[in-house]
Amino acid sequence: MTDTAGVAGQESRSTDFSDDEVIIGLEIHCQLDTRTKLFCGCSTDYRDDRPNSHVCPVCLGLPGSLPRVNKKAIEFALRVGKALNCTVPDESEFARKNYFYPDLNKGFQITQYDKPLAVKGYLDIEGEEGEKRIRITRVHVEEDPGRLVHKGGADRAKYTLVDYNRAGIPLIEIVTEPDLRSPKEARRFLNKLRATLEYLGVFDSEKEGSLRVDANISIQPKGWFGREGRGKGDRGRAEVKNISSYKGVEKALTFEVTRQKNALRRGQRLETETRHFVETRGITTSSRSKEMEQDYRYFPEPDLLPLRVCDLAAGIVLPELPDARRARFLSEYGCSPIHARTLTGDLRLAEFYEQVAGSDPIPAATWVADTLLGELNYRDMTVSRVSPVWFRDLILLVKEGSVTDKGGVEVLRSLLDQLRESGSCETPDQCVRRLGLKVLERTGGAGEEQDPVTKASREAVAEHPQAVADFHAGRKEAFNFLVGQVMKKTRGRAKPADVNQILLGILGEED
Amino acid sequence: MATISFSQKDGHNAFIPTLSEADTGPGALSGIPLAGQDNISTRGLPTTCGSRILEGYVPPYDAHVVTLLKKAGAAIVGKTNMDEFGMGTTTENSAFGPTKNPADPSRVPGGSSGGSAAAVASGMVRMALGTDTGGSIRCPAAFCGIVGHKPTYGRVSRYGLIAYANSLEQIGPMARSVSDISLLMEVLSGYDPRDSTSINCPYSHIPDPEIRGLKIGVPEEYFGEGVDAKVASVVWDGITLLERKGAEVITCRIPSMVYALAAYYVTCTSEASSNLARFDGVRYGPPADPKLPWHDAFQQQRRHGFGIEVKRRIMLGTFALSSGYYGKYYAKAQAARQQVRNDFLRLFRTFDVIAGPTMPTVAFRLGEKTDPLSMYLSDILTVPANLAGIPAISVPCGTSDGLPVGLQIMGPHFKDERVIDVAYAFEQGVSR
Repeated sequence: MTDTAGVAGQESRSTDFSDDEVIIGLEIHCQLDTRTKLFCGCSTDYRDDRPNSHVCPVCLGLPGSLPRVNKKAIEFALRVGKALNCTVPDESEFARKNYFYPDLNKGFQITQYDKPLAVKGYLDIEGEEGEKRIRITRVHVEEDPGRLVHKGGADRAKYTLVDYNRAGIPLIEIVTEPDLRSPKEARRFLNKLRATLEYLGVFDSEKEGSLRVDANISIQPKGWFGREGRGKGDRGRAEVKNISSYKGVEKALTFEVTRQKNALRRGQRLETETRHFVETRGITTSSRSKEMEQDYRYFPEPDLLPLRVCDLAAGIVLPELPDARRARFLSEYGCSPIHARTLTGDLRLAEFYEQVAGSDPIPAATWVADTLLGELNYRDMTVSRVSPVWFRDLILLVKEGSVTDKGGVEVLRSLLDQLRESGSCETPDQCVRRLGLKVLERTGGAGEEQDPVTKASREAVAEHPQAVADFHAGRKEAFNFLVGQVMKKTRGRAKPADVNQILLGILGEED
Repeated sequence: MATISFSQKDGHNAFIPTLSEADTGPGALSGIPLAGQDNISTRGLPTTCGSRILEGYVPPYDAHVVTLLKKAGAAIVGKTNMDEFGMGTTTENSAFGPTKNPADPSRVPGGSSGGSAAAVASGMVRMALGTDTGGSIRCPAAFCGIVGHKPTYGRVSRYGLIAYANSLEQIGPMARSVSDISLLMEVLSGYDPRDSTSINCPYSHIPDPEIRGLKIGVPEEYFGEGVDAKVASVVWDGITLLERKGAEVITCRIPSMVYALAAYYVTCTSEASSNLARFDGVRYGPPADPKLPWHDAFQQQRRHGFGIEVKRRIMLGTFALSSGYYGKYYAKAQAARQQVRNDFLRLFRTFDVIAGPTMPTVAFRLGEKTDPLSMYLSDILTVPANLAGIPAISVPCGTSDGLPVGLQIMGPHFKDERVIDVAYAFEQGVSR
C-alpha cells in the first residue's frame, strides 16, 4: 500500500464503488447463411471440404478480378435490419478497409463504413429487471477473410498455411449502443439475437465459426454514461476482441468486471486498450496497443455502385419472430411463461415442440423444455438430432400409462445415448421392451398372489418392520419410504396408484 | 481452330511476351493479329503489368475483353510493354526496359500504353488494346501518330484488367485508322455482369464523316500556359479543317481545369495504394521469403518488387487516405472531380463535342523527363476526360518538327459514336 500513498486522498474519495455500473456494448459478426459467397458464385458450404477448394479469381483476389454483390446476402442483411427495427437509408455504400495480413486476399476487406445498410434500431430482451430495450447502432455487410492454419499450433508451427475457402463468406456486423449493464445481460442479448437471426432463416448458429463477438466494457460511476460531455472522468474501457462463442462472451465479460473492479479498488488507472480473450483459460490478456492501432484508410469501394435498397427492404415480409411466437405459445398451447420463453428461444426447439405438442401440449412442454433439453445439454447434443416422431411416441407411451414418467426418462436417455454413439436409435417401444420398462399391469382376482407389484409390496413390508411401525405410529414419511422401496424392487415399472393401493391394503391387513 | 504465325521483329521493345503462333477463328476480327496489353489478364499467358512483382504470373482466367476478342476470331500475338501498372507517361517505367517511338527511336512513345502504340505504329500488328487511366491510350497514340480511343467509363468491361485506378480507367482500342477503332469498339463494348460498373450500351456503328452543323467547343485552357505553341498551331489547323467541313467552332472555358490535375493524382494514387496492396508474395508472383515474419517478408517483397514510380504513387495515395488527411485530400479531390464533371455536362448542353490538343508537347526524348512533377503536368489535357468519365479520342493531325501531334475530341457520356465520327471526318478530310 505504501507505493500508492501518494494518491491516498483520491483513493479515499473513490473507494466506494457501490454506485458504479458496468457498461457494455457489443459488435457481433455473423456469417449469413447464403448458398454462395458475397462477391462471387463460389459455394459457402466449405466446412467438410479440402482447403482452397471453394475459390475462384474473385475470392482469391486475383489481379483483375472484380466483386459483384450477391443480392441474396443484401436481402438477408435487410431482413436482419428490419427485424432489429432499423431504418434503411436511401443509399448505402461499400468501402475498403485497408490493412495487410496473410489471410487477407486483396490487402483490403470490402466492408461498409460511413454509409451502412441499416441504422438506429433496437432489440427488446429480458433484462435483469424485466423487459429491456437495447439500441442497435448499425447493421452492415462485409466479407470474411481467409483463415490461417498453423500446423502443430500457433507457437510451434514452422510455417503457416492459408485457406481461402472462407474468404468472401458474407458477414453482417451488428453494433449495439453501450446499453448492456452486466455480462448476463450481454449473454441474454446474444441469445435473443441468435434466435431472431435463426427465425429469419439467415443464420445457422451450429456452423463452426459462424459467430464472432467484440465486446466493449468499462466500469463507470452510475449516471456517467448518460451525462453530457461525459469524456471527463472516463475510467477507460477494454475492447475484448474475437470471442467466438456465446458462453465465451459471458465468461470474458465476467473476467473483465472482476479485473477492472480490482484495479479500480487498488486505485489504478485503467487505460483504454484492446484485449484478447483466451478461451481455454477463461481470461483476457492485453494486446500490445501500438500493434493494434491501425489506420484503415477507409474509402468508398470504386468497383461497386452505391446500394439503393429501400424498395427491396420495403418488400420484405418478416416471418414470426421469437416474441410473437412466445405470445402464441402462451395463448395457443397454454405453456407456462418460463416454458414459452425457453421453447421459443431457439428456432429448432420451438419447431420441435410444435411437432410434438399434439393434443396434450402442457406435459409436452415439460418433456421438451425440461427433460429433453436437460438431457441434450448433458450430452452436448442439439435438438436437431432428435426425431419428433419417436419423441411424440415416447410422450404418448407415458400418457397412456404404458411407461411411468421415470421409465420414460430412462428410455429417453437410452435413445439419446444410441443416437450419440451410432447416429440412429430404436423406437421407444422397442426400447421399452428391451429394457423391460413396460408398466406392470396389476393382475387382480385369483392371480393376485402372482402379481409382481403385490409381491414386491409384501417383500418391502416384510423387510422393513421399523417403517411399518412408524407408519402405524402415524408418520407419513414412512409410507413414502415404503412406496420408494416397492418402486426400487419393480425398477420403477409399477404405477404409483397401484403401489399406494396395494401397500395400504397390506398395511391394513396387519391391523 | 486455325493459327497464324507471327514473326515480326520487335525493334522498339513494344512487346513483353510474343507468340510465334496465335489461334484465330471466324468472326469480325478473323485472322487479324492483335496485341493485348500486359495488364489485361490472359489465361495461360504471362501477365505482369510491366512489373517485377508479377514476374512469372500466369492468370488462370481471361479478361472479359480477351474472351470477346477470341470470340471475334482475333489472333492475340503478344502482350505489350507499358509503364509499370500504368503509372507513367513515357513507358520508361517498365521492369522490361523502355519502349522506343517508331516515329523517332530516340524518343519515348508516350505512355502508359506505349508498347501497344509502338506495335501498331511500327506495323507489327493492325490493332492493339490499350488502357487509359489519365491519358494512357491517347498520349501514346498522339506521340506515335496513330488513333487511340478511351471509351465512356462503363462501356467496356474492366473484368480482368489489373487495376491501377478503378474509377478512372477504361480499356480501349488503338489502331492506325478510325475505321479499325470503330471495328474494335464493336467487339469490346457491351454489358458484363462481372463488372458492376459496366453499362449495357453496346456499340454498333459505321463511322459517318458528315459533320455539317456540328457544334465544336474549344476550351481556352487547352491552348493556355504550358502548351507548346507549334503543337497548338498544328491542332488549330486541324480544328479549322473541321470548320471547313461544316462544323461550327466556338471557344469556351473549363474553369475546373485548375483542379483537374490535382484531383486526378490524388484519386488515382489513393486507389492505387489500395489496389496494389494485394501484391504481397503470398498467392502469386515471386514468393515472399517464408523464413521471415510475414510483416518483414511483405515489406521485402514490395521494396524489391515495385519500381520507384509505383512506390512513389503508393506512398502518395497512402498519405492521401490517412486519417486526418482524408478530408483534405481524397474528399476534396472527389469534390473537384464533381466540378470537372459538371463543367463538361454544362458544356455539352451547348456543344456536341469538345476539341483540343491531346498532349501539350510532342514526344519527349528518352530520359528527358527526370522530375516526376513535370511528367505529371504533361497529363493536364487528358485527365479531364477520365475524371468526367466521358469518351475521348486522339487522332493524328500532322506533325511539329517532324513529330506526330494528336487532335483530341471529347464527347458526352455514351456518345463514343459521335467522337469517332468526328475523328473519322477529320481523317477523311486530311487524306483527301
